[in-house]
Amino acid sequence: MRLFKFRGGVHPDGHKQASANKAIESLPIPEYLYVPVQQHIGAPAEPEVCVGENILKGQLLAHSQGNVSAPVHAPTSGVVHAIENHTAPHPSGLPVKTIVIKSDGEDRWINTVTPIDPFQLSAEEISIRVGAAGVVGMGGATFPSAVKLNLRNRYSIHTLVINAAECEPYLTCDDRLMRERGQQVVDGIRIIQHALGAEKVIVGIEDNKSIALAEMTASAANYDDITITKVPTRYPMGSEKHLIQTVTGKEVPARALSADIGIIVHNVATAHAVHRAVRYGRPLVSRIVTVSGDAIREPRNLEVLIGTRVSELVAYCGGYKESPSRLLMGGPMMGQTLPRDEVPIVKGASGIIALSTQQVAEQLARPCIRCASCVTACPCGLLPLEMASRSKKGDFQGALDYGLMDCVACGSCAYVCPSNIPLVQYFNYAKGELTNKQRTQHKATETKRLAEQRIARLEREKQAKAEAAAKRKAQKAAERAAKAAAKEPAKGKSEIAQNTSGQTAEKEISA
Amino acid sequence: MIAAIASLTSLGLGLGVLLGIAAKKLKVETNPLVDEISEMLPGTQCGQCGFPGCGHAAEALVSGDAPVTVCPPGGRSLAEELAKRLGITVDLSNMKDDAPIFAKVREATCIGCTRCYKVCPTDAIVGAPKQIHAVIRDACTGCKACIDVCPTECLVAIPIQQTVQTWHWPKPAIAA
Repeated sequence: MRLFKFRGGVHPDGHKQASANKAIESLPIPEYLYVPVQQHIGAPAEPEVCVGENILKGQLLAHSQGNVSAPVHAPTSGVVHAIENHTAPHPSGLPVKTIVIKSDGEDRWINTVTPIDPFQLSAEEISIRVGAAGVVGMGGATFPSAVKLNLRNRYSIHTLVINAAECEPYLTCDDRLMRERGQQVVDGIRIIQHALGAEKVIVGIEDNKSIALAEMTASAANYDDITITKVPTRYPMGSEKHLIQTVTGKEVPARALSADIGIIVHNVATAHAVHRAVRYGRPLVSRIVTVSGDAIREPRNLEVLIGTRVSELVAYCGGYKESPSRLLMGGPMMGQTLPRDEVPIVKGASGIIALSTQQVAEQLARPCIRCASCVTACPCGLLPLEMASRSKKGDFQGALDYGLMDCVACGSCAYVCPSNIPLVQYFNYAKGELTNKQRTQHKATETKRLAEQRIARLEREKQAKAEAAAKRKAQKAAERAAKAAAKEPAKGKSEIAQNTSGQTAEKEISA
Repeated sequence: MIAAIASLTSLGLGLGVLLGIAAKKLKVETNPLVDEISEMLPGTQCGQCGFPGCGHAAEALVSGDAPVTVCPPGGRSLAEELAKRLGITVDLSNMKDDAPIFAKVREATCIGCTRCYKVCPTDAIVGAPKQIHAVIRDACTGCKACIDVCPTECLVAIPIQQTVQTWHWPKPAIAA
């Protein structure tokens, strides 16, 4: 198959040998599990269970809210111990609503498995099943997968690209998944293909994973429309836009969806989760996590229940060799720094990387010498140095004009910068400030609307009051007239006529 | 009778025409910029700027008596918009938005007097006589008007907590 090139990119040290040959092991069920209600992009899920309730594995803990959201299920059987705020696996270290489960060690499922044939189901039924199982993008983006499957309603999708590049250093979870569960992954891929109605499937695997490549080729041998492709090892090959460009030669337009050019990308681990969700009705309650980094004694690939604390994974891997200088969730290029190892594993956690002081070697940023190394490295064709200098002095509009929104935050620029400038942090800072600005602007227009509506309401009330008063007055006058008429029935007709005319005049006012 | 009707009608018509002409001839030109600026302001007449209302603040902004940072609820984003419209270059990078706040009813001391929701410029307080009132957080602008009128001091201003959704990376601390 013909491959295409994308500009820029970097070649960081792979560091994959530490865990690549370690088979997937299941971590023993921990005593307590901490399941955050927000593990995905979109609205947080709303808890459905009460403290003290007995729950079974796979039971719905929190249901999704809104169009872009995902439910959360119980990773094991036990009791809901608490619903409280717990530190999120997020660099901010801020709390997030978390359902704490005390496991009973029995790991009893809520439903019995009755495998069904997914190819008898309609696309809608598949996406409903995937949505109900809480499947989200497992490469790290955690976008609800069902929403992506529904894109077929609005776009005509001809190609499904499966992202199995795993370009981040250290990570080997997708590699092991393909080596050990190739058949299941291919089944998941075919289910997604069926749901999307895509004519062909391209699976992109980086050439440093030859065993996975062979395994996948064998598993997909019976399906002509699935092409397993070896792509060169280059970071960021696993970026959606860049993988599409490599395997199809098509470029996703700036700020557009890949669906706009008829292509959808799903991660290989997502395909595995879809296989379990659709064929067996199993929700997403566990995932494979690579625990690695030079501060970990025995790097491993673990199948872990969602909600297991990072410290328990580390303990299973022999603990720390030395106190880690930096703890990451995800890969070292785009992963999130963790405030501490008491945070839980979530659906998007592909790896736990503990790096020693030696590896991190934080250096003071020096001034930009305009060497343009970042320009050469940027896979999106942007000018990181210009965007950073504008973000630095608060000129966010300027940064936007230089294409800030086209930046995928891959970190290639910061990786090559000889002055150690934290370029990506500048971009994240600028993007955050811009989002804040949008939020305040939205609030301002809402405030204006509310203020206007209040004025209109007061006006209406005033009018209604005046009307009511006029009505009362008219009624009283009528009563008086009636009384007068009753008292003096003998009086001339003319007076009565006057009274009635007075009444009509008043009625007119009230009208 | 007819003479009275005729004279009053002619008087009315004559004066009406006169007023009509006067309104056209003697019309006071308002600065269109003032109207435009007051369109941009929140319009809640909250008075946090020190002017009686948004219209007065707009006049002061146009005449240069007030800085573009005059409107606390508008914050930095409004200041930027105003500076752009008025053609003023100001360095707002150091302007700190006051931590956004919202009002909260302490239910233990609320007597249901209805005073607070009458002054709320955005109708963010719901309640009824002798019922505990509540603040709709999303609609509250943090203008504190309700706090001033509460007879039992049961309304408090609470800073809006940052969440994982609203947090973003700070500006890198190390000067590059």
